[in-house]
Amino acid sequence: MTDNPTVLVPRRSLTVQKSKVQPVADTDTAWTRLIFSYASSATVWLIWGTLIGLYLSIKFAAPDVEHVAWLSYGRLRPVHTNTVFWGWSSLAMIAAALYVVPRTSQRRLWSFPLAWLSLWLINVSVLVGDILLMAGINNGAQEYREYIWPVQAVFAIGVILVAYNLIRTIADRGIEEIYISNWYIMGAFLWTIPLVIIAYIPTYQQTAISETVIQGYYMHMGVGMWFTPMVLGLTYYVLPKLLNKPIYSYSLGVLAFWTQMVFYTMIGAHHFIFAPTPWWLQTVAIIFSVGMIITLAAGTGNFLLTMRGEGRAIARSYSLPFILAGVISYFLFSAQGSLEALRSLQAVWHFTNYTVAHSHLTMYGFVVLLIWGAIYGILPRLTGHEPPQFWVGVHFWFAVVGLVLYSAALTIGGTVQGLSWMSGSPFIESVKAMASFWLWRAVGGTLMFLSHVIFAFNMWSMRPRSASRASSAPAQGGQAPTGPEATR
Amino acid sequence: MNFHKNHWLLFGVTFFGFVGLSLIVGILPAIWVQNNAEPLPGAEPLTTLQREGLGVYVSEGCVACHTQQVRPLAVDQAWGRPATAGDYAYVTPLGPLVPYAPAVLGSERTGPDLTNVGARQASDVWQYIHLYNPRSVVPDSVMPAYPWLFDEVTVAAAGQTVVPVPAAFAPKNGSQVVPNARGMALVAYLLSLKQTPLGAATATPPGADTAAQAPTQPVADTAAQTAAPAAAPVLAWDESLGASTYTGTCAACHQANGQGLPGAFPPLAGDPVVTADDPTEHITVVLAGKQGGEIGGTTYASPMPAQAQLSDEQVAAVINHERTSWGNAATLVTPEEVAAVRGGLQ
Ligand code: HEC
Ligand code: HEC
Repeated sequence: MTDNPTVLVPRRSLTVQKSKVQPVADTDTAWTRLIFSYASSATVWLIWGTLIGLYLSIKFAAPDVEHVAWLSYGRLRPVHTNTVFWGWSSLAMIAAALYVVPRTSQRRLWSFPLAWLSLWLINVSVLVGDILLMAGINNGAQEYREYIWPVQAVFAIGVILVAYNLIRTIADRGIEEIYISNWYIMGAFLWTIPLVIIAYIPTYQQTAISETVIQGYYMHMGVGMWFTPMVLGLTYYVLPKLLNKPIYSYSLGVLAFWTQMVFYTMIGAHHFIFAPTPWWLQTVAIIFSVGMIITLAAGTGNFLLTMRGEGRAIARSYSLPFILAGVISYFLFSAQGSLEALRSLQAVWHFTNYTVAHSHLTMYGFVVLLIWGAIYGILPRLTGHEPPQFWVGVHFWFAVVGLVLYSAALTIGGTVQGLSWMSGSPFIESVKAMASFWLWRAVGGTLMFLSHVIFAFNMWSMRPRSASRASSAPAQGGQAPTGPEATR
Repeated sequence: MNFHKNHWLLFGVTFFGFVGLSLIVGILPAIWVQNNAEPLPGAEPLTTLQREGLGVYVSEGCVACHTQQVRPLAVDQAWGRPATAGDYAYVTPLGPLVPYAPAVLGSERTGPDLTNVGARQASDVWQYIHLYNPRSVVPDSVMPAYPWLFDEVTVAAAGQTVVPVPAAFAPKNGSQVVPNARGMALVAYLLSLKQTPLGAATATPPGADTAAQAPTQPVADTAAQTAAPAAAPVLAWDESLGASTYTGTCAACHQANGQGLPGAFPPLAGDPVVTADDPTEHITVVLAGKQGGEIGGTTYASPMPAQAQLSDEQVAAVINHERTSWGNAATLVTPEEVAAVRGGLQ
């Protein structure tokens, strides 16, 4: 795409003219429709999940806006977290994976009906799970495990079927080597499936503390072994593709992959530092948290070195700015997470809103920005329709500025909260002190939500139209001009 | 054999490697702690009603804002002694849809830790008013109101607890507020949240260890002593300690302005006990609690909970705060007087 000669428009316009993606003639219509359906389901969940999030943030300023049981804070909070996890991020990542895996394997997706079935299963599980949460029926657990087990089982079957579909695709690939993206993408599936199953087996969760051990293991791994490897895998495809050059170092990617599996797995217990969980487990967690710096440096170093000297290409693409910002967040906020595990720092920040800021910085600043980078990078190639670049820019800046406001407010507020507790003043003082920070959080959240509405509009403008549907496709996923062979 | 070319090798190692690590950091530690969880000696199992209350606690998502986990850190001392695994022995699975012990430890402290709230806020009336609308007792609270845990009735049936909701928050049509089954279960659960003292199998009242340290003095001495400070010049006392103890411990009921809540908690402004020259009764009420006395022509349904967990300095400071605020101007007390009364109560 960089060989497109359209550069800056001579007149000073509001935005920089972004380069166009090449129209793809050989696109498979069934494939386009499948991926677009995944991505648009995800977008619906994004709007719903973050609307709830925004509403929750308003409740801190106006706790008495309404007294409806189904809308009360304790019930809605898991609706927000689970929807953005399982509905939005997961479906969006799978949408992109359904493109990247066949592309880099040079083979058509193994089974389309199976992929449609997975989409239905996942959508139904999120819908039913959310309704039950609002009705006050939950699993009694904490973050990301609030759906009751029958609901999560439906979700898990959906994911298992996608994994099977992708493995069969890779197993039957048209080239000899398995491209690094597929290591990460399949890693995400092969780690998350046992993770969810382990987290939902009750045998060893009969006491509050053993349940807590599993919760620490699960909540941490849910982020780090599902979202992290998946978006990294997508980026290993999208970034070199958009820059039209190979990734800086293939072996750094391999190193980061194995250290991710070993180090990251060992650190779940740091979510319950100081809890009456085994002390050695917490110490192991703290040590490996620091070891994660290796994985991080290898991963981000690789991406940044690939992007080095490509400033103009980044400025001219509407997808690459998301990727650049996402990669930077990956480094900064994962490192922040490692530091947070140190006992002395935990003493101030644990239980405060600081943690909420951190989880948004990682899940949103890193994972979601990279997802957007991938979607903007992939969808126009499939459908042949580009989003209006002005609105992509507005989307980017609203999301980033919103996130900065959101997390600055809660980072500072969380620190104030922690210090208030340490000073021994009455608890209610920490509630009063948070009031203005909670307000700023709502302002940031509003910007973030607006950016999602804009993203939904951009999705609409990228939709497949009958014109492109008419150009029927060959059975193969088509030759990627700068496919894996070029990126070695 | 090559990871780059053999997908079964690559995916096999990825999958089984992770399962193996999960055994080490997840499953085996969980089994280990589970097999080593013994209830503390002297801990009471939850009653059926309290277990139902735990179910309500879980269903309403109270865990989103409240922890039940006292860490071994100075900052957590306000919430009780450090938690041990045995503290949670009676948190057990809730049924077929929740076949796990529900998570009560929590991860966020938007509201106070509730480990010991049954000891700290032992009054069911307060708990009801607070749940009906937290802002009726704590104006700055951000906790949700839970009116669906209550019924509005024209006339309460015999045996039903009428919740004395302050007028500004009460139903506009004049009906009475009574807790429904879920509300009663939840409050029963909250009141059961009391830390079992460590190493004390025998029933020791909370705060007994503090009391034991106080010098035991005959009460007669106290009376003799109290006469002296009244005549003595102005006493030095820690005003900020008094104000913060009042906000943290007493304001929930007696309110920041000392006016109490009509019908539920008596005002302390102008109260005869608070303004009496002889502070003995004032000290006694704070240390030992009080119930059923007639105050200003009203008999209060809920008890004044004993605050024996406060140190002598805190009690003296908070009493002096009450004696010098909201127009009150009564004689001051010293920590020694508090210690003496505490000794006499033994
Ligand atoms: C939005 C967060 C939030 C939720 C959800 C929440 N609380 Fe609270 N809670 C607070 C805050 C803040 C306070 C401190 C101010 C106050 O006393 O109201 C508090 C105080 C309390 C107190 C008094 C503690 C003390 O030491 O004085 C109790 C008891 C309590 N909450 C119980 C509950 C129960 C039971 C639920 C679920 C039905 C619940 N809370 C849900 C935020 C919350
Ligand atoms: C759970 C609510 C609650 C809390 C918390 C509370 N009180 Fe009370 N207090 C009451 C009630 C109810 C009474 C009336 C008791 C009765 O009916 O005899 C009372 C009575 C009193 C009285 C006696 C008034 C009289 O005329 O007999 C004093 C003094 C007092 N409280 C001081 C305090 C102090 C000091 C604190 C904090 C350390 C405190 N209270 C905390 C509910 C509370």
